[in-house]
Amino acid sequence: MASANDPFQFQEFEEAASLLEADRDATTITIDDEDTKAEKQRIAAGFIPDGDDEDRLASDDKTELLSGQKKSAPFWTFEYYQQFFDIETHHVRERIIGSMVPWPRKNFIHVYLRRNPDLYGPFWICTTLVFAIAISGNISTFLGKLGKPNYKYTPEFGKVTIAATAIFSYAWLVPLALWGFLLWRNNKAMNLVTYSFMEIICVYGYSLAIYIPAVVLWILPYEWLRWCSIMVALCLSGSVLVMTFWPAVRDDHPKMIIATMSAIVVLNTLLAVGCKVYFFSKPETLIPVEHAPAAEVIKTTHAAATHST
Amino acid sequence: MAAADEASRPFAGLSDVSISEDIPVEGDISVPMGSSRRDDEFSTLDEPVKETILRDLRAVGNKFIHVLYPKRSSALLRDWDLWGPLLLCVTLALLLQGGSADSDDQGGPQFAEVFVIIWFGSIIITLNSKLLGGTISFFQSLCVLGYCIMPLTVAMAVCRIVLVGGSGPVSFGVRLVVVTASFGWSTFASTAFLADSQPANRKALVVYPVFLFYFVIGWMVLTFSPAQ
Repeated sequence: MASANDPFQFQEFEEAASLLEADRDATTITIDDEDTKAEKQRIAAGFIPDGDDEDRLASDDKTELLSGQKKSAPFWTFEYYQQFFDIETHHVRERIIGSMVPWPRKNFIHVYLRRNPDLYGPFWICTTLVFAIAISGNISTFLGKLGKPNYKYTPEFGKVTIAATAIFSYAWLVPLALWGFLLWRNNKAMNLVTYSFMEIICVYGYSLAIYIPAVVLWILPYEWLRWCSIMVALCLSGSVLVMTFWPAVRDDHPKMIIATMSAIVVLNTLLAVGCKVYFFSKPETLIPVEHAPAAEVIKTTHAAATHST
Repeated sequence: MAAADEASRPFAGLSDVSISEDIPVEGDISVPMGSSRRDDEFSTLDEPVKETILRDLRAVGNKFIHVLYPKRSSALLRDWDLWGPLLLCVTLALLLQGGSADSDDQGGPQFAEVFVIIWFGSIIITLNSKLLGGTISFFQSLCVLGYCIMPLTVAMAVCRIVLVGGSGPVSFGVRLVVVTASFGWSTFASTAFLADSQPANRKALVVYPVFLFYFVIGWMVLTFSPAQ
């Protein structure tokens, strides 16, 4: 709407909405600059930024939002699964480090996943953990029985299958159960925070990452070292899980909160201790106590032989 | 009316042309073939069987040489075939037999286990590479991963020869060095072919599963213990 001033003076046009009110039939085009557009899209998507956490990764965020919405293909096509592999090397590195270092204010899902859960991390971390447990268990059995004369080394390949079953069922069935449980509770107590199934799988997958160095440490046959590393790994991964799921259950009945949190921690503990007990035998004492009876027998027979001659 | 005039104007001169009957109109209506390969394919029915088999064997041998000296050539990718990987997989699985597996079930890998690990592992790595947006096709990737098992198969043969001499710490040290070197060679050779098909910010994501795959196969080769 031009005013009757000097025609060469630049005229500030109002927002499209107010222009439309004046003249309903007119078509208006609003051209924002990039920052305000990204800001509007972010707020429209329900994402409330929490200040200085976002600045470091802000440029990342902008490019993701500006590249358009996620295409939702039907689940039987290849493209549907491709959307869960839409990450880069530094994303995976950041997520792994974030799962090992629990920070009181940072929720893993909000800070690291940012509505982009991936299946690459959980799958390959679980696979690595399976082979790490099998190989470390094999090495530790070999080292533990090194002194024994009758020991014949066996590679024990059957254990790979057992390890795979245990770890993959933990990493896929427990998130399924937790997701179903949270969905059921959401119907009863209105929670503002809901996590999608893929996000829960992602958190559980990445929380297993701390166990890989712990399992490699278990090769050394010192019982105190093994228990120390289990405790540390349990504390770190358990606290990441608890802090992630706290916002989803905090509005609920206190008994439900305690039940959910303790179930998460107990299952985590069961997995860790179960793996240690099943795959890693207790290191036996290798001092000459074992050879003592044999040495005695040899001495007495030798003495008897020399006496008889 | 005016439109019809417009349309006929470019062809206006043609109405004067007439072809008399005594000028023969002849020619050859044939589409020129682009490459002579199609002629070869049509005539392979006539060649002797030995020629056909030798051609495939020469292709397989050519790819073995490419794995031995991994350069950035696309010959391995262009004409993929799965004969080489099958041959290598069967050889490796056969060499891993005859271990201390006859006593009880906690033994070495069975033939079927080796087969499944190699083929299933290759398929999963290929799927991973394609899901991350790689430009290499499914069978090309299987071909590359299969051919790059060759250094580990050679290492297995060397290990079995070393084990004939004895299985003490010295032989273990020799075997460790041989297996480590061939594992490094396999990983380097396959990433030379595979990493090019990914954008730069995802190369490590594609290389790590290949590393894990050859590490597991190397572990199987190293821990092979003969029956006593």
